[in-house]
Amino acid sequence: MKNFKNRRTMLYIPGNNPAMIQQGGIYGADSILLDLEDAVALNQKDAARALVRNMIRVTDFYDAEVCVRVNHLSTPFGMADLEEIVPLQPSAIRYPKTESPEEVIELLNIIEKIEKRHGLPHDKMTIHAMIETAMGVQNVFNIASKFSRIDAITIGGQDLTADMNIIYTPDGAGIDFARKRIIMAAKASHIDVIDTVFPDVNDEEGLRRETEYARKIGFTGKAVINPRQIDVVHEVFTPTEEEVRKAYHIVKEFRANSAAGIGVFAIDGKMVDAPIVARAEYVLRLANVTVG
Amino acid sequence: MKPKIAAQSGTFESSDVIFLIEPLPQNSGRKIELNSTVMQQYGVSFRRIVDEMLDQFEMTDIHLIAKDKGALEPTIKARLETAIKRSLDQQEGTLK
Repeated sequence: MKNFKNRRTMLYIPGNNPAMIQQGGIYGADSILLDLEDAVALNQKDAARALVRNMIRVTDFYDAEVCVRVNHLSTPFGMADLEEIVPLQPSAIRYPKTESPEEVIELLNIIEKIEKRHGLPHDKMTIHAMIETAMGVQNVFNIASKFSRIDAITIGGQDLTADMNIIYTPDGAGIDFARKRIIMAAKASHIDVIDTVFPDVNDEEGLRRETEYARKIGFTGKAVINPRQIDVVHEVFTPTEEEVRKAYHIVKEFRANSAAGIGVFAIDGKMVDAPIVARAEYVLRLANVTVG
Repeated sequence: MKPKIAAQSGTFESSDVIFLIEPLPQNSGRKIELNSTVMQQYGVSFRRIVDEMLDQFEMTDIHLIAKDKGALEPTIKARLETAIKRSLDQQEGTLK
C-alpha cells in the first residue's frame, strides 16, 4: 500500500462549530473530518464553508490527517465548497453519495481545474469516496479501482439504510452485504476502507462489538462522531502486544531465512510463507514498529 | 458598498461570535457596537479585525452589532465575512 497512513478513527466535526473545530486535534483521532455536508443546516452552508476555510489555515490538528467532506456536485453547495477548499489542499476531500465512476471523473475534472488555476499539483490531495446508496454499492469496484487519487472508500450506513428503505438496526443486518462488497472492492484496489459511524455515543459495549466485527471482516478503521468513541476504536484496531511480538518474530526470521536463500520456514512448528509474512508486516505497520 | 438587507451570522455559543448588520440611511457612515466576554483582554484586536474587514469590503452606511463569546480571529473573520455577504445579498452556495 502506497503512503501508508493509519486510519483507525475518523472524527466527524460539524463544519459550522468553531469550538469543536479548534479542539478537534487534541483528542488523538487519526483523521479529522470537517463536515460541510449533513452536519450543516441548508441555510448555513455559506457560514460553515467560510469557517472551515479560515480554520484549516491556522488550526493545529497535530498529527491527524485533515479531510473535508464537501457537498455533492448535484446540490447547490458542492461547487462552492470545492472552490473554497481545494486551494487549501487538505489531506483529502471526502465525496458523499458516490454512485458511479462518471461522478468521480466529473469531480476530478473540477478539482484539477481549480488546482491548475492555483498552480497546485494534482497528486497531493486524495479523494475518499463515500458509498451510501444502493447504486453506489453496485458500482463500488469501478469507483474504487479506476482512480489513483482515491485512496479510501467508506460506507455511510445511515444514508444507505434510508436509500434501501430499511430501518437501521444495531446488528447491522441490513447493510452487511454492502459492508462486505465495499471491503472486497477496497481490498482488490489496495486502498483503505472505513466503516460507518456507531450512532449511540452512550453505548460503549455496542461500539466495541460493532468495531470488533468491522475489524474482523476487513475494515481498516471506523468513523466516529464523538471523541469518547476514539479510545475504544483505537483499542480494537491496534494490534495487541502479543500480536506485535509474534509479527516481529516472523518478519525477523523471514529476513534471516531470506538472506540464507530459504523462502519457507517454520516457527513453533507452524509453516511461515509469504502470506503469513505479509500479514505480519501489516501488523507492524499498524503498530508503527520497524524491524531493525 | 452599502448593506441592502439586514443580515446575521454566527451563534451565541462559546468560542463563537454573532454579527448583526442593518442598512443605515445615506451618508451615515459606520455605527459599530462590539460586545465581548473578553473585551478587556482582546477588545482592541477585536475592533481592529472588524475595522479591517469592513475596510476590505468598503462597507459604509452600516449598523454592526457583535456579541462575542471568545471567538478566535479566523472565526471572527469568517462570521463577519458571511454577515457582510448576506447583507449585500451575495450569498452563494447556500439556501436563504
